[in-house]
Amino acid sequence: MAHFEKANSIGEWLDQRLAVETLKRVLQTEYWIPKNINFLWAMGMVLAATFGILLISGIFLLMYYQPNVNLAFDSVNYTIMSQVGYGWLWRHVHGVGASVVFLIIYIHMFTGIYYGSYKKGRELIWLSGMLLFVLFSAEAFSGYMLPWGQMSYWAGMVITNLFSGGSLHANGLVEWIRGDYVPGQAFLNRFFMLHVLLVPLAIIGVIVLHFGTLRIPHVNNQDGEEFDFAEAAELYKAGNVKESKVIPFSPVFLSKDVLVMGVYFLFFFYLVFYHFEFAMDPVNFDPANGLKTPTHIYPEWYFLWSYEVLRPFSTNIGLIAFATAQVIFFMLPFLDRSPNVAPASRRGAFQIWFWLMLLDILVLTFMGKLPPQGIWSTVGLVAALTFFALWIALPIITKFEKKL
Amino acid sequence: MKELKIFGIVAIFTLVLYWGVEPFAHSQMHKHVEGHGLVYDGTADIKETVKSKKAMKKAFWADVKKIASLKGNVKAGEATFAICAGCHMKGAVNMGGVTPPSLEHAGALYDKNFLIALIKDPAIGTNVDHKYPNGTMAHPMGSITTMVNKPQDIANVVAYLKAKKAGEVTPKEAFTEACGRCHANRYGHLTQLGDIPKTKSNIKTGQDIDALKYKQKVATEQAALANYLGKLPPDLSIIIRARSEHYLHTFIENPQSTLPGTAMPRTGLDKEGMEKVFAYLEKTGDPSKPLREETGPKVLLFFLIFTALAFLWKKSMWKGHH
Repeated sequence: MAHFEKANSIGEWLDQRLAVETLKRVLQTEYWIPKNINFLWAMGMVLAATFGILLISGIFLLMYYQPNVNLAFDSVNYTIMSQVGYGWLWRHVHGVGASVVFLIIYIHMFTGIYYGSYKKGRELIWLSGMLLFVLFSAEAFSGYMLPWGQMSYWAGMVITNLFSGGSLHANGLVEWIRGDYVPGQAFLNRFFMLHVLLVPLAIIGVIVLHFGTLRIPHVNNQDGEEFDFAEAAELYKAGNVKESKVIPFSPVFLSKDVLVMGVYFLFFFYLVFYHFEFAMDPVNFDPANGLKTPTHIYPEWYFLWSYEVLRPFSTNIGLIAFATAQVIFFMLPFLDRSPNVAPASRRGAFQIWFWLMLLDILVLTFMGKLPPQGIWSTVGLVAALTFFALWIALPIITKFEKKL
Repeated sequence: MKELKIFGIVAIFTLVLYWGVEPFAHSQMHKHVEGHGLVYDGTADIKETVKSKKAMKKAFWADVKKIASLKGNVKAGEATFAICAGCHMKGAVNMGGVTPPSLEHAGALYDKNFLIALIKDPAIGTNVDHKYPNGTMAHPMGSITTMVNKPQDIANVVAYLKAKKAGEVTPKEAFTEACGRCHANRYGHLTQLGDIPKTKSNIKTGQDIDALKYKQKVATEQAALANYLGKLPPDLSIIIRARSEHYLHTFIENPQSTLPGTAMPRTGLDKEGMEKVFAYLEKTGDPSKPLREETGPKVLLFFLIFTALAFLWKKSMWKGHH
């Protein structure tokens, strides 16, 4: 057993048993971050904060929500919204948070793509991040089932139907997933479990992994510059903070994160109080009714682009396209053949690729919500084909990219 | 400066994204129906009806206009109203599918022209004549056409309603009288039969027989409604969040324009009636609005101060770093 001496302070007592001083040094004061960054580098902490908000608001909602097909709708829309003190606030915070978290995820992702932060040792950062994206998608979808409104029910119907695999007619699989022929009590219960336990647990685990993957390759910077972190850290510790290329995570990097978070919270709570409708589809304020299909069924905005990759094609091709679109972003570090870690603006053809991809996703998103008629179907088809053309082009254009 | 430029790009993409999936998408998804400013002169009815009925409806609404110009006699109207009160009374029961509504505040809730049209011909006046191919007599209120049909009589009754049945009306009364016979509002504890009565369960058995009896009565009323209208009209507890205000407004004003063929009759609400009904729908469907509006500025102020302090902290931390 280790030898313990009488401690003179609580800090010392804890340090003897938990090595809190070492932890503080390793995780905060001597966790080095490049200085050459902009506010986009704060999106990670903004996401962590938003996840925290979702977790806390979710815990409050969980105390009153009833996972029962006869009670769920009213437990949300009546009990929580009018009978529980500030229940409406928790619900609007949770609803808006679920939508905004995807906006920040997309900004975070495209920042990574723009600055090439998935290359040369940073592949695992990208892969674990994409895994988080998939888990957040599962979390969002399972949560969307819970109020048991019309859109919950019909989105549940449409998405679980995808698992029939088109011509494979795997109806047994669909029924196994639903626990019934149509979404019902078993379906609601299992999505409730997924939403409040299994998926959040996995998310927390993968967030830890995501942080871990950052440690060795270090955070990228605005110029993709490679430098000796140990050397820069020594310079900083010696007091040459101006010359050093790094800053400690806490308190210097954190102070900027908190400032960005402040601005973000202003935006977030403006939405919560004055503009929450965008995150709460009106259709879902009609109770689930298996005999009445809504005129338009569409997913929340953050799934629209992949929904539109599915829609313009025939069933089988559409499903293959959809499945490919779900995983293709995982492949980014391996499809990008260029050795350059640099912002897209310095990478020639890749710069065009980046903006085309962003615009294409935007067009797909727009088309995903519109009824698939007339000109919209054509635009959707072209955008979906462009999406795949861009992915096919990526290894070719990056192969020929000049080394910087 | 560079950061501001980057922020600008992110903000523009976010706003374009929002525009595309919200205002633009919704403008493409839903048919836009123009309101008529709660003027009930049959314009939309004539325009939207089948060709064979156009001339008839034109003549009908011209007659309504003529009756509206007559001076009604309140006293004579009161005498004629006795005919109405035979059905529109306290404790009225379901007649031919629907329970006659209370007319206690009819003068305040409904438009004058609408009331004239309704008495003249209930099916055409409420614009559901397509539901009665065998004529208005099949309408639950159809027999009025044989009892009160002289222009002066109609003018008198409407004058009476406007003068004597137009007292102060609460939002709940407005909803109950104008919508509540067909639409329940469970968050407002209203069924098609009115307020849900307070009952007590038997302490020894735990069963509440009176509540069960009431449930049975409601179920019977709902079955009659569903048979008459083709389906049970939806509960309106949170309809204010399920449909846009514009949709509800134009739909209530003239249901056929939005949902051709619907069994929902025009209710003929005037400006005051519409406001009161909306006030009630908001109360049951969005009860947190007052507290939300009160809390919002406080929370934003908190984060404004938070951001200002964070700015000062960042400035002091980054001192000498550049």
